[in-house]
Amino acid sequence: MDGERVRQWEAQCIQEQLPACSAACPVHVDARKMAQSIAKGDFATALKTFQRSITLPRIISQICDHPCQQACRRKEAGDPLNLSALERAAVAFGGKVAPLRKFGTRPQSVAIVGGGISGVAAALDLAVKGYTVELFESAPNFLPRLQNASQNVLPKSAVDADLASLAHLGVLLHSNVSVTHDDGENGLRTLLQRFSAVYLAIGAEGELTRSLEMPLTIDPVTYTTNVAKLFAGGSMRYGSGQYSPITSFQDGRYAALSIDRLLQGASLTASRELQGSQESRLYTDITPFEPVQQVAPADTIIGYTREEVQKEADRCFPCSCMECVKVCEYLKEYRAYPKRYVREIYNNLCIVMGVRNANRMINSCSLCGLCQQVCPEKMSMAEVCLDARQTMVETNKMPVSAHEFALRDMAFSTGAAFAMAKHQPGFRESTWLFFPGCQLSASSPEHVQSCYQFLSESCEGGVGLMLNCCGAPALWAGRKNLFEENCASLKQIWLQMGQPNVIVACSSCFRTLKDNVPEIPIQSLWPHLNSQAAVKPNAQLSGRAYAIHDPCSTRGVGEVEDSVRELLQCMGVEGKELNPRGETTCCGYGGLARFVNPELTDRTVKRRAEQSEADYITYCAMCRDSFARQGKRAVHVLDLVFDSQGKDPAARPDPGFSRRQDNRARLKARLLKELWGEERGVSMPELILQISEPVRLVMEHRMILESDVRKTLEAAENSGQKLKLPNGHFLATHCPAHVTYWVEYGPGARGSFEIYNAYSHRMQVR
Amino acid sequence: MTAQDDNTNEAPLVCCKCDKTLAKTKVTATYLGNEFPVELWKCSGCGLVYVPESLATGRMLRVEQALEDK
Repeated sequence: MDGERVRQWEAQCIQEQLPACSAACPVHVDARKMAQSIAKGDFATALKTFQRSITLPRIISQICDHPCQQACRRKEAGDPLNLSALERAAVAFGGKVAPLRKFGTRPQSVAIVGGGISGVAAALDLAVKGYTVELFESAPNFLPRLQNASQNVLPKSAVDADLASLAHLGVLLHSNVSVTHDDGENGLRTLLQRFSAVYLAIGAEGELTRSLEMPLTIDPVTYTTNVAKLFAGGSMRYGSGQYSPITSFQDGRYAALSIDRLLQGASLTASRELQGSQESRLYTDITPFEPVQQVAPADTIIGYTREEVQKEADRCFPCSCMECVKVCEYLKEYRAYPKRYVREIYNNLCIVMGVRNANRMINSCSLCGLCQQVCPEKMSMAEVCLDARQTMVETNKMPVSAHEFALRDMAFSTGAAFAMAKHQPGFRESTWLFFPGCQLSASSPEHVQSCYQFLSESCEGGVGLMLNCCGAPALWAGRKNLFEENCASLKQIWLQMGQPNVIVACSSCFRTLKDNVPEIPIQSLWPHLNSQAAVKPNAQLSGRAYAIHDPCSTRGVGEVEDSVRELLQCMGVEGKELNPRGETTCCGYGGLARFVNPELTDRTVKRRAEQSEADYITYCAMCRDSFARQGKRAVHVLDLVFDSQGKDPAARPDPGFSRRQDNRARLKARLLKELWGEERGVSMPELILQISEPVRLVMEHRMILESDVRKTLEAAENSGQKLKLPNGHFLATHCPAHVTYWVEYGPGARGSFEIYNAYSHRMQVR
Repeated sequence: MTAQDDNTNEAPLVCCKCDKTLAKTKVTATYLGNEFPVELWKCSGCGLVYVPESLATGRMLRVEQALEDK
C-alpha cells in the first residue's frame, strides 16, 4: 500500500474537517464541542474548550464579532445558534478561568508595540512560550479602545481580569510610552536592534503608522513585513473600516506563531493552510432536522439562564458527515469513520513484529462500493480494503484461514467437475457464448438449462456454453496472481471459441469480466429474455408486487439495472424501489466478507431484509440465497421467467455449500448427456451419508463440506483407524491438506452412515 | 495453550485399530511454526491423538486466529 495514496484517502474523508462554525472563526474555537458540553450542562468543559483557542476569554466572549454565528448550519433549519451567548455562558457558569501558564524559558526577547487586542494576544502567546516580552503602549492603559466600553457590554472587571494575565506571565509593561519611527531611545530601529523580533500592532490610525517613512507591506499569512525581524498585524493590516476584535486577536496569535518559528529556525510558511477564517468542507445532511427557532431569554437584559442556554445549545445538530457509516453495518462495526480506518489499516500493514489487529476488519468489507456512492467526496473504503488485502497476500501476511474455503470453492468451479466450454450441438462455431457463472449454476441449475435452451433457440449463429468461474473470489481475496491467471485462462477459452459475444447471467461476472478482460464483449442476459418473458410470463408469480434488490456488483450500471426493470415490466410485475438507484447494499457474499465475519454479514442482510415487507426480487443467486438464509422471502428474476413447477420459489432454502458444488457437478453431467450425448455422469459415491438438518447447519457454519466428511469416513473405514466413543459412536479423523476434520458417525439405515457431528482445526497435533 | 485445555473428565476412548484405550500423554500442537506442549489422549499403538470438539472449536481456534494475526 502506497503511503502517498494513503494520505490521499485520508484527505478525501471529510469527517474530521472543521464544522462551519469553527471554520469561520479566525482562531477556530471549537464551538460545536462547546455547544455539546453546554447542552449537557457541563459548563466547565465548555470553558476549557473556549480557553483552548482564546487567551482573553472574558473580553472576547463579550465583544467578539462572531463570524461563527453567521456560518452556523442551524440557520437552514431555524435560526443559527446563539454562539455568542454560549461563549458568555461558558465564562459565566464555567467556574474559575484557568490562568495561563508558562512552558519553559527561551533566551530571546520580543518587543510588542501597541497594547490593543492584537498586541496583548501576541504578548500572551510569546510569554507562554517562555520568551521575554516587553509591551509598549502610548496610552495610559492597555486595551485603550475597550476601557471606555459600556459596563453592560464589557465590564471593567472583565478587562482587568484578562489583562492580569500579562503581569502574571511576567510581561514587562510600558504604558504611556510612544514608540517613534526614528532611532531614539524608544525608536523602532532601536527596538529592532535590542530585540530578536518586534511585533507592530498600532492600529490603523496610530501616530507611528502615519510617520513610518515607507509603507509597510504585511504578509497576510505569516505577518512578516518588508523589514527584517519586524512583524505587523491588527487593524493596521486589515484597515480601519471594519474593526473586528476576533480578527485583531487572530493577527496577534498568528504573528506570535511566526515569531516563535523565526526564533526557533522553523519554516514560517509550512502547514498554515488551515489558518484563519474559511469555508468548511464538512458535509452535513440537514434534511433530518426539523426547524427549531432560537431560544428567547425570559430576561433580555440579564440574558440566558443556565437552563435557557442549555436548551439553546441543544439546538446544535451537531454537524457531522458520516454519510457512509449511516448506510453500512461494516463501517458502523468499528465505531469510527474512513479517515481513521485508513490510518488503522495502513498501520496494521506496517507492523513488523506484533499483532495485526485490523486483519479481520480489512477482510470484513464486502467491497460493495456503497460508501463511495454516498460519499460527498467519493471516497471508497472498498478500494482501501482491496489494496490492503493485496498487500497482505504479497507480504505473506494474509491469515491462511480467511479465504481458503472460498478459494477451494472457486477451484471446484474452475476444475473438471464443473468447467467446460462447448459449441451449441449441431454448430461448429459460436456467435454467442452463454456464461451463467458458478453461483447461479449452484443455486438454480434448472434455470441455467432453461436459459441456455431459450438462447439456443432465439439467437442466430450458434450459442456456445461456458461453465466456469469469473474469478471474483480470487480478486476479492487479494490474490492478484491467481486472479490474473484465471482471467488469462478465460480469455484463452474465449479465443478458442472464436471470440463470441458473451452473455452473462451474474452481476459479479459482468463487473469482473468487463473491468478486467475488456477484450471480451460482455452483455447481460436480461435484455435477451424480454421476448421470452412476453411469451411465457409465469402467471402464478408475476401478478404479485415485489421490492427490487439490485446486486451490488453492477451498482450504477444502467444497462443492467434498467434491463431488469424492463423485463419485470414486460412480465407485468410491479417492482418497488428499495432505495435511490445506485444505493443498494451488499448481501454479504461480496468481498468474501461472509467467510471472515458471518455475524456482521448476517446483520447486513437482516437490515436489508427488514427494509420492506414485500417479497424481494433480485437477479443475483447469492443475494437471493442470502435472503433465504435470513428467512426473507426472495425470488430470482429467472424464477418468474421460467416455470417453477408449482413450487413457491420465494420459499426455496439456501442450498448450502455442499449442495452448491453438487448442483454444479450435476448440471454439467446433465447438460453433457442431454445436449451433447456425452455420458459422463457424476460418479456415485460409495458411502451413503445420512445428515440431519441440524448437523448440516453445524457443518455449514463450520465450513465443512459433505465431501470433506465423506473423505474422512473413507479414510477411517479403509484404514480401520478410528476411535470408539463411550456413546457407541465412532470418531474418524482425516487431514487431506491444511485442515484436520473429525467426524462422529455410526451405522445408518440400509448400509448408510449416520453423521452425528463434524468439526475441524488447523493445528497439527503429534 | 496450556495442558488444562483437555477435558480431563472424559470417559476413556478406544482406538479401534489397536484395540487400546487412549491414555493421557504429553503431545505437541504446532501451527505456523509455533509449538505448544499440551496433554491429550493418545493411542500408544498407532499414535492417534484425540482432539476434543470443545478444544478444536474453542481455545485451539482462538490460538490459531491469534497466530494468523502475528
